[in-house]
Amino acid sequence: MKKLMIGNAAIARGAYEAGATVATAYPGTPSTEIVSNFAQYEGVYAEWSPNEKVAMEVGAGASIGGARTLVAMKHVGVNVAADPLYTFAYTGVNGGLVIVSGDDPGMHSSQNEQDNRGYGRFAKLPVLEPADSQEALDFTRMAFNLSEEYDTPVMLRVTTRLAHSQTMVEEGERTDLPLKDYEKNAAKYVMLPGHARMRHIEVEKRMLKLGEYAETTPLNSIEWGSKEVGIITSGVVYQYVKEVLPEVSVLKLGMTNPLPQNLIKSFAEQVDRLIIIEELEPVIEEQVKSWGIKVEGKELFSLLGEYSPEMIEAKLGQAKPVRSYGLDKEIPARPPLMCPGCPHRGVFHTLHKMKLAVMGDIGCYTLGALSPLDGMDACICMGASIGSAMGMEKARGEDFASKTVAVIGDSTFVHSGITALIDVVYNQGTSTVMILDNDTTAMTGHQEHPGTGMTIRQQATNKLDIEGLVKAVGVKNIRIVDPLNLVELEATLKEELNRREPSVIITKRPCVLLDKIPNTVKYYVDEELCKGCKLCLKVGCSGIYFIEEDKKAVMHASCVACGLCPQICTFDAIKKVEG
Amino acid sequence: MQSQTTDILIVGVGGQGTLLTSRIIAQVAVQLGYDVKVSEVHGMAQRGGSVVTQVRYGKKIYSPIIKKGEADVILAFEKIEAARWLDYLKADGMVIINNERVNPLPVMSGKAKYPEDIHEKVAALVEKTVVVDATDIAARCGNVKAANVVLVGILSQAIGLPVEEVEKAIRAIVPGKALEVNQEAFREGRKLLEQTV
Ligand SMILES: Cc1ncc(C[n+]2csc(CCOP(=O)(O)OP(=O)(O)O)c2C)c(N)n1
Repeated sequence: MKKLMIGNAAIARGAYEAGATVATAYPGTPSTEIVSNFAQYEGVYAEWSPNEKVAMEVGAGASIGGARTLVAMKHVGVNVAADPLYTFAYTGVNGGLVIVSGDDPGMHSSQNEQDNRGYGRFAKLPVLEPADSQEALDFTRMAFNLSEEYDTPVMLRVTTRLAHSQTMVEEGERTDLPLKDYEKNAAKYVMLPGHARMRHIEVEKRMLKLGEYAETTPLNSIEWGSKEVGIITSGVVYQYVKEVLPEVSVLKLGMTNPLPQNLIKSFAEQVDRLIIIEELEPVIEEQVKSWGIKVEGKELFSLLGEYSPEMIEAKLGQAKPVRSYGLDKEIPARPPLMCPGCPHRGVFHTLHKMKLAVMGDIGCYTLGALSPLDGMDACICMGASIGSAMGMEKARGEDFASKTVAVIGDSTFVHSGITALIDVVYNQGTSTVMILDNDTTAMTGHQEHPGTGMTIRQQATNKLDIEGLVKAVGVKNIRIVDPLNLVELEATLKEELNRREPSVIITKRPCVLLDKIPNTVKYYVDEELCKGCKLCLKVGCSGIYFIEEDKKAVMHASCVACGLCPQICTFDAIKKVEG
Repeated sequence: MQSQTTDILIVGVGGQGTLLTSRIIAQVAVQLGYDVKVSEVHGMAQRGGSVVTQVRYGKKIYSPIIKKGEADVILAFEKIEAARWLDYLKADGMVIINNERVNPLPVMSGKAKYPEDIHEKVAALVEKTVVVDATDIAARCGNVKAANVVLVGILSQAIGLPVEEVEKAIRAIVPGKALEVNQEAFREGRKLLEQTV
């Protein structure tokens, strides 16, 4: 029986059916649900790795060890995993290995919109692009076969719209495969220059063979319609084309690296006008043009953002004019924000108040950059906060460093903050680093990590002692504070900023969404005492709001009584409900 | 089975439970034998941002996202979100608005005003506008969190989904202990539209 599944669940199912027994990942939207779903199956191993590089390396080891292995990450995660990935592309596999890249055109939840099909070309990997959940399942199964047949890791490239859309899926049976034999083979797996030179020859041979495979594989197919227009497309964009241009001929590419040169040439010859529709980079277009084929692409469609059916209809179809009510222009934007009771709010309120330069990092706390908290100066990628604070100091001196903090979440610190902290100690920086320990990876939906002491299956395991780790790195000044105790937080920050030595302040309080015990405390605003000064609104919390007509603040039903705004109110107007 | 496609846009604020509503509606469409696609929002916007979930069903569905000017129904969990997405509504489409206000960040920080009367403006522009107090109704049923199922009741009535099929989907999707309150909430929602339209 068919059922609805998001693309990510279908990928997990495909890997399971293909007989995969190991899966590794570091969470990241839009890839997170792949391995969390895989972990639901019995008799398989799944882990949250500390970062994508480790996920890739554990994956490589499992593959060399003979297991079919799934590795998943978001697009920018592949940057972190790139080092092992490129060279694993040389060694090739033993058990099949499929790496899923979750790309995010439109940056729904990302800091850039790089097109990871580029990795396929750069690292010389076959790249498959499914267009719905059924294909996500089927292509994943095929990818494992391809991986073993051509002795290569295979990239399955998905986008947010595919990963998070539910479409109908028919599940199959799992093939239980015996583990492949493991034999020591240094020439294949030890990438010394002498060995690697030999392997590079294999890589190039393999790409030629894959090029031949691409010509005939059912992954690539032509749906003939009118020959006036021929469209080449892949992934979910194929669905938009079918939706708005039902009459055209379509060459649907399920495999976008290497490309089927002859198939494309013959398609091009048979249509009057050839158009390539691909989100983001002209990956297919540039290759097709290099073969001397006349084709339109990026002159019609943007390099930016996510595509939509109406975008394609507007350029090539018969778009009806859409009536606009214009109301969307009258209403305020609604960016994401910290939840009521979020422990990060206390931190950013304080940093803003102290007018510090804040080198930020990625997580829920990045929302501290938005007004009214306005508490961040820079944020580049996961782990960048500590290194960039160190760089600021080396550029502008220690006095500037005494007004600068690095702010990093617990999961991010484990992911890629540790080495930069070692740099601060080793190269005699004086940075003040805040590790915001909320006992989870909140931004991506509350995954466990080494510091939570729980596995992906919610089983207790060895817990990383972050404080002990910081000490071992050589930091002498370590302070633990409650981020919602504003007086203590500010005093601690002042002391540590003035110190001409590295310090780490660990703020400890679990993410409010994890707190299952309902808070029995409730607050109200005393109308007599409230002067309507709006100071309480400076924390940017949806748990308190202001009624303009009455010139009074009131608590909203979403308040969880974290106690932050009562500390800010200078008139003591926010009071506990007695009894 | 109808031959055309039904397009439903479910909009709200991250954390309000739009996903559950879309999953129930989609499940009903599956039970009725339709091809179904649902586009969900996970990730950053779930932290209090503006979220949109799209449900499409019919004989054969290609795109998981709805074109502007094509939605049969917009179901808004929050007032200004109805206005934000209104251009997606088709000419004779219906807007169902939960009379709930959630302040967005620019309003909190004093940079913008919350347009209190926005649902009236929508009603002035769109003939088939229904405004409901789903949160109050859910509270009367025993749990404010069941507001999204009150809205399922209204929506399913609006697009003509059979009661038994929706109840079956709710049983399949809503966890055991919350089931009773949710069934009650569903029936109340269903009744509401019978009275209004
Ligand atoms: C290389 C990379 N991998 C994954 C992500 C996705 N991602 C964004 S923030 C984050 C983790 C946040 O966890 P933490 O640092 O504990 O902060 P919290 O959200 O809990 O406040 C992840 C996994 C990313 N942006 N970049």
